[in-house]
Amino acid sequence: MTEPLLSVDNLQIDFQTDDRIVHAVRGVSFDIMPGQTVALVGESGSGKSVTALSVLKLLPHPAATYPGGRILFKGTDLLGADEAGIRAVRGNAISMIFQEPMSSLNPLHTVARQVSEALVIHRGMNRAAARVRTIELLDEVGIPDPASRLDDFPHQLSGGQRQRVMIAMALANEPELLIADEPTTAIDVTVQAQILELLLSLQKKRGMAILFITHDLGIVRKMAPVTHVMTEGRIVEQGPTEAIFANPQHPYTRKLLAAEPKGEPPTTDLAAETIVSAEKLRVWFPIRRGLLRRTVGHIKAVDDIDITIRRGETLGVVGESGSGKTTLGRALLRLVSSEGRIVYIGRPIDKLSWAGMRPLRQDLQIVFQDPFGSLSPRMSITEIIAEGLGVHHRELSAADRDARVVRALTEVGLDPADRHRYPHEFSGGQRQRVAIARAMVLEPKFVVLDEPTSALDVSVQAQVVDLLRDLQRRHGLTYLFISHDLRVVRALANQLMVMRNGKVVEHGPAAEIFAAPQSDYTRALMAAAFAVEAVPSAEVAQ
Amino acid sequence: MHATGLRLGPPLIAFAPADAARSAPLLSPINRRRLKVFQGNRRGVWSLWVFLILLAVTLCSELVANDRPLMASYKGELLFPALIEYPETKFGGFFAVTNYRDPFIADEINANGWMLWPPIRFSYSTVDDALSVPVPSAPSWLQSVEVRCQLLPQGVDDPNCSLGNFHWLGTDDQGRDVLARLLYGFRISVMFGLILSFFSSIIGITVGAIQGFFGGWVDLTGQRFLEIYGAIPSLYLLLIISSVLTPSFWVLLGILLLFSWTSLVGIVRAEFLRARNLEYVAAARALGVSNIALMTRHLLPNATVATLTFAPFIVAGSVTTLTALDFIGFGLPSGSPSLGELLSQGKEYLFAPWLAITSFVVIAAILILLVFIGEAVRDAFDPRKTFAVRL
Repeated sequence: MTEPLLSVDNLQIDFQTDDRIVHAVRGVSFDIMPGQTVALVGESGSGKSVTALSVLKLLPHPAATYPGGRILFKGTDLLGADEAGIRAVRGNAISMIFQEPMSSLNPLHTVARQVSEALVIHRGMNRAAARVRTIELLDEVGIPDPASRLDDFPHQLSGGQRQRVMIAMALANEPELLIADEPTTAIDVTVQAQILELLLSLQKKRGMAILFITHDLGIVRKMAPVTHVMTEGRIVEQGPTEAIFANPQHPYTRKLLAAEPKGEPPTTDLAAETIVSAEKLRVWFPIRRGLLRRTVGHIKAVDDIDITIRRGETLGVVGESGSGKTTLGRALLRLVSSEGRIVYIGRPIDKLSWAGMRPLRQDLQIVFQDPFGSLSPRMSITEIIAEGLGVHHRELSAADRDARVVRALTEVGLDPADRHRYPHEFSGGQRQRVAIARAMVLEPKFVVLDEPTSALDVSVQAQVVDLLRDLQRRHGLTYLFISHDLRVVRALANQLMVMRNGKVVEHGPAAEIFAAPQSDYTRALMAAAFAVEAVPSAEVAQ
Repeated sequence: MHATGLRLGPPLIAFAPADAARSAPLLSPINRRRLKVFQGNRRGVWSLWVFLILLAVTLCSELVANDRPLMASYKGELLFPALIEYPETKFGGFFAVTNYRDPFIADEINANGWMLWPPIRFSYSTVDDALSVPVPSAPSWLQSVEVRCQLLPQGVDDPNCSLGNFHWLGTDDQGRDVLARLLYGFRISVMFGLILSFFSSIIGITVGAIQGFFGGWVDLTGQRFLEIYGAIPSLYLLLIISSVLTPSFWVLLGILLLFSWTSLVGIVRAEFLRARNLEYVAAARALGVSNIALMTRHLLPNATVATLTFAPFIVAGSVTTLTALDFIGFGLPSGSPSLGELLSQGKEYLFAPWLAITSFVVIAAILILLVFIGEAVRDAFDPRKTFAVRL
């Protein structure tokens, strides 16, 4: 039996906040053998990222403390190592890639400089040699024509390319262990699949070990033969991935595996009246250049889209980031200016002024993606939910208003007794319920749901999907459901529209498209989403 | 990450409409945490208390340093000369205004009752005519009793040869008590600073809010105007204007306001530009909330933090500007108790160090206190600091 490369032994991590101590990790032990991929799976707050960060002692001091445990890397204790000792390991024998490719590269340095930095520091290479090696590395991570990209700045690269550059940086010193902290969470599914393929092939070629942190079970299944399931700072289940998926022992693992959004979308009723329709809807953002700010071109966020949504239906709009799906939703509600006819129950609304739209706002509501950003942190839940009532139902007495808030909270499954608390006291899922209650209290007819589940943990996602479907059935609501997550869309939408670069790629009944996608792009999207497979196709962005 | 509150969001301040206050706590949790951080900064808390006490004392300067008694009893009638003007005829004199320091009046009142004097028997404008040494005269405790009281009618045994007539910090070049002038001068400087900051903030926040909220051409025009306006050499313009207009407290305030309101525009504009794209603002927009309500309810609280953080520094800046104008003689009307004027006397009479030293110490103390308070406020509103400080 070989020695483990990394051995985490009863690791405990505490965070000191101003009035209490948070036990983030309470005794976590696992081993990683050389060349092995181990996945740490858990939802937000489970302590998985904190565990990974402590391997390189990247947690903020003195807020984070280690009351107990050891992290042994090839026999030396990293927790006990001094600053110089840990620096010798960082980026050298162990390196790390982070979640956010937008912010983990320095925007002021060229690609060449950032990748070669590790070579110069740890290898003592000179600039010229480092440059040559950088080209090799960029080639290895699949950046086309690497020599020409050397002097590019990060903003000139796409999200997937940035993540590739990050990986190149991590690989520069041929690490024995690569820590990947949710490396694909922030990027589109098709690109995610490519990055995962890349990591797998690199691992095979170099024989390095990977500690893979993720919340996505689909990725785990593809990437790691060994899985540790974490929740509340503990590993509750560990073992070969296939065994865990086939026969989960711990209730939490079962819950996680069962958390796929389920249920049937509403049925299509062609006779139902049209709630919202738009013809040749167009949102173009001008690109201005030069001293006189002349318009030299347009970013076509939404480009001549026709849309019809009937009462009680859910139209799912899917697409990757930048496809214009969010802009489409906002344009339909006249929150961004657009061209083209928009009709709401027989009444054209595209020419209405802001004030003219105001009476209609209670019928046309929107729920946003980020439950942390969409609730004002200094207003209590009551104030947040009652704000719309103050605009549209001024006649209500304070007691009536309160009664409506209580009813809305009950309806979305929150305890009305909590209504005087502030958003930060609630979890992400609860906050999203508050955001839904804010829209529902006005008794709208049409609701745009802009990625309402994307920022939530999988188990919570399923609950929110159930809630949305339930509300739709009870109140006969009409939804425009915007998402990049095809699994959620499949559970909610009866009509589907696939968007790309502001255009409609495919449009029709959801069941038909899921069963037999017509366009190559839709096929690639589905392969990436359901099987985490990269499709070698020119259809997909790099 | 597990550490709570790393997701604190932008720093904000509580907004509690009256109808929700019933069952909601007085301070929102964010503000309670801020208060705690502020209280954790001992230097800031001490500075705040010292400043408040000084302000409270100087606000009652009339009761601390005055050339009229606080209370007097005259022929069985209880009088409050410090608060109410009594004509001299009441005491058998001729003038419309009573000089209670006049031996004739003092003897008359003492013969028919009593007088209760404040601890310092000089107001800021009282000229001590019993000084036996040339002005500016040194603090009384540097002189022997004989020298100090030699001009009084009964010399050392005179009832006015008392601690109440001490010049604790000497007199200025017109024989006025320096300590009394400091008390009144502190008050006028600080009040000037506070009022100026208040009005600057109102104008600055309004302009910044409009620029940031509407953006586009409004913002562009406003910014260019501010750049040009900011390039005007304001000190010279101040000098010219204040030599044309007769300076008074309010005229001076208006003149300084012409230039000081710009200081907040930039931050407020930036906060509004940032915050108007926040999702909860978009959500309020989608609810149909009006622009005014959006600005006051959702955006202004964001800007309030930036404003509050800057406020002590703006007050300090205003105090400095007033002192500077007074120093070169273009400030408050002559005769007003002013720290700048005292400082310029200190420069004039280098042989009288009590003038320069006291005015310097007081001005430095005001600025230091304000800066310490400002630092503590800034830290309290810093969302990252909130969790780093161990209490």
